[in-house]
Amino acid sequence: MSDALPTIWFILIAVLWLGYLFLEGFDLGVGTLLKGFAKNEQERRLLINTIGPVWDGNEVWLLTAGGATFAAFPLWYASLFSALYLPLTLALVALILRAIAIEYRGKGHTDRWRAGWTWCMSAGSAVAAFCVGAMLALTTTGMPLNERGDNVGGPFAWVNAYAIIGGLGVLGFCILHGLLFLTLKTDGDVRHRAARIAGSWGPLLLLPLVAWAVIIVVRSGHWWGWALLLIAAGAAAYSWIAIRGGREKAAFLAESGFLVAGVAAIFSSVYPVVMPSTLDPQFSLTVGGASSSAYTLTVMLIVAIVFVPLVILYQSWSYRVFAQRLSVEHIPAAHAIPKAVRSAAHS
Amino acid sequence: MDPVLVGRWQFGITTVYHFWMVPLTLGLGLLVAILQTVYNRTGNDVWLRATKFWGKLYLINFIMGVATGIVQEFQFGMAWSEYSRYVGDVFGAPLAMEALIAFFLESVFLGLWIFGWGRLNRKLHLGVLWAAVIGSWISAFFIIAANSWMQHPVGVEVIDGRPKLVDIWAVLGNNTAIAAYFHTLSGAVAVGAAFMLGIAWYHLWRRRKDGIDTVDDLGRVVVGEAPEIPGRDRTDHTVWLRSLRIGAWAAIFAFAAVALTGDIQAKLMYVQQPMKMASAEAACHTGNQFSVLTVGDLSSNNCKDVHPVIEIPGLLSFLAKGNFTEDVPGVQPLVPQYQEKYGQTYPDDEAAGIHAGQQINYQPLMIVTYWGFRLMIGFGVLSAAAAAYALWATRKGTVPRSAFLSKLALWGITAPFIANSAGWVFTEMGRQPFVVAPNPDASGIDGVYLYTAAASSPSVSAGEMLFSLITLTLLYGVLMVFELLLLIRFVRGGVASAMPELDHQNYKPTVSSDHDDVLSFAY
Repeated sequence: MSDALPTIWFILIAVLWLGYLFLEGFDLGVGTLLKGFAKNEQERRLLINTIGPVWDGNEVWLLTAGGATFAAFPLWYASLFSALYLPLTLALVALILRAIAIEYRGKGHTDRWRAGWTWCMSAGSAVAAFCVGAMLALTTTGMPLNERGDNVGGPFAWVNAYAIIGGLGVLGFCILHGLLFLTLKTDGDVRHRAARIAGSWGPLLLLPLVAWAVIIVVRSGHWWGWALLLIAAGAAAYSWIAIRGGREKAAFLAESGFLVAGVAAIFSSVYPVVMPSTLDPQFSLTVGGASSSAYTLTVMLIVAIVFVPLVILYQSWSYRVFAQRLSVEHIPAAHAIPKAVRSAAHS
Repeated sequence: MDPVLVGRWQFGITTVYHFWMVPLTLGLGLLVAILQTVYNRTGNDVWLRATKFWGKLYLINFIMGVATGIVQEFQFGMAWSEYSRYVGDVFGAPLAMEALIAFFLESVFLGLWIFGWGRLNRKLHLGVLWAAVIGSWISAFFIIAANSWMQHPVGVEVIDGRPKLVDIWAVLGNNTAIAAYFHTLSGAVAVGAAFMLGIAWYHLWRRRKDGIDTVDDLGRVVVGEAPEIPGRDRTDHTVWLRSLRIGAWAAIFAFAAVALTGDIQAKLMYVQQPMKMASAEAACHTGNQFSVLTVGDLSSNNCKDVHPVIEIPGLLSFLAKGNFTEDVPGVQPLVPQYQEKYGQTYPDDEAAGIHAGQQINYQPLMIVTYWGFRLMIGFGVLSAAAAAYALWATRKGTVPRSAFLSKLALWGITAPFIANSAGWVFTEMGRQPFVVAPNPDASGIDGVYLYTAAASSPSVSAGEMLFSLITLTLLYGVLMVFELLLLIRFVRGGVASAMPELDHQNYKPTVSSDHDDVLSFAY
């Protein structure tokens, strides 16, 4: 049992990242679409309100994935986060701006205020998605780690083709995920436009993620990697056909299936390595070498077994409470602070 | 440039900033939940208005705590990878539990609360707020348990030079953590209370200044109304008066709890980290006298330059040991003890970076510990005294017509914030040169300690750290301006800023009749 614990935790970490990409994926996608997709203020507010009640709970999956990596694989957490110092700084700035934009954008009443926060939310979402993707890609393709697990490639060692493919992969996935989410959550013009764009650009948006998965699977050469990859490709194709045929729910589910199979293909192919060293395979961090003690893993496993299902339960409930489709007609007039109060208070 | 120093500045700035939002979230959240509970029980409009208004300010602040909280979790790995490797088997667990048990509860249910007005039935809607507030309070416990482990490591064994967790209950039940938890939460309630008191005072004063409320010959309030100003009806007066009195009482109770828990914590700290407490007193020599004022060049950290001016004999022994005679060790006799136990120089090891082999200075920065300790206590006392005065001043139903006092009430909001920050700066700086402090007492485990100088990321250059330090500091500074701007705007607008329906002239029902009311609130 205790030999299996690091492996169980590796799977759990993969599940947490999967949960993050599945849920926050459409938040980041919808956020990105605020620029370029939304045509006017009403549509921008519609987009924000589709994720309004749920985005914060979705983001906690990131904190849980980070915290669980720290708890279960401290050496992985330490090497990965310190090696990617600059891109993670960028990701933090992006995530901060995105979060503040959601809450503050609607609380001001000038066009400049709204336009500024729209930029913060759109760019923040896109940059956050890209950086998370780059980080996940680099933990599968490796960094120049020395025998202590420290990056010796300098501050820009992370700038390589894999980081860009992974970054674009997650960004592209998030945009498609956001579009498909909008076909389920909205009504009217936004819904149809989202379906149309997903129908024409879907394959292109998924291409970099597929490329990343193919690179990993080719490198490892495991048969199950190929099998999962095949399933992922099938799901993606089915999703594309479904959205072109107007079956929105099927398209969203199939595309989510693509995510599950794709992430499974990547993580199962790199196993048992959690972060390769590009200098010497001996320095690579592995599931066994980077993990916490059996006691810590057991404690955290019990906590996870109790609380992960509970979280999924109440988080699903929150989605049910806000299940209705929204359309621009539902968006109340801008929640302005009455001028009279302000002028009276100033006088 | 020393990357450790830059990293410490970054951790200090981001953490103190984060901990401006957090105590307000914890304290005000509790108060809002209580207000809504009273509303549910009574159905009285006063409490609904109070809930909506304070709830709006709560949310404006909450999001800043959430956003800056992500940095907190990430920067352990980013800037302090050696620390993360050393403590990983212990420290990651409470962080993961915090996310899984507390953050989800807080975030999911707060989303339900924000968008749930009119959608969830009243009981359920109150329930989701309590769930969110309890989530915040649980999160505070886990992060304090993690921090307390750095102050007082327990529940581990040293294997291969690193602490391995052997007893999670010892970590979660750490006496340092229990004391610090209640101390911190009392401090958080003090913050929320002063916030409520100050703003409510301002509105009562505003109503008097605008000639809406007057006082009779006996000084009792004569409540009026101003129909042309949205929200300025008679009920409005009750909203502010009740808020003020709740805030004042909460501040007084919070202070009593802060003092009590602080005393417990201090007594533990004298045993667990004697150097920190000696340094808090700028006590160079062993003795029993508490320093009311010590002058000289504290920043030199040299005992020769430190001159106690006013001292109360016996008080230090009382604070540390509960009697008036037992001597408390001073800095000078402690230094050789530390040197003997933990060595004269940093280990000559790659992990210690540029500090490898250097002399260790076991004495924390006296100017910071001495004044941090006194600012914490001073501003705490100040806000409790102000709350007591506020209760007395409003006994006849309103506040004096003094613009000065109104300004003071608003500025007074900062007092418990300063006390909180000073307390944390004191306790974190007082632990130096250790990031994980060794414990000389019996419950301490031999060999569990880590120098701050050996904790930073070897692969991250001082330049990278400086880049993120500057980036985050600038970003936080700008965001602070926006948060204050919004808070001030909503405060000035009064209850009507959170309840547009009170603005009868301009308010239009937002949802046309041919659509279902699927959004009672929208960003």
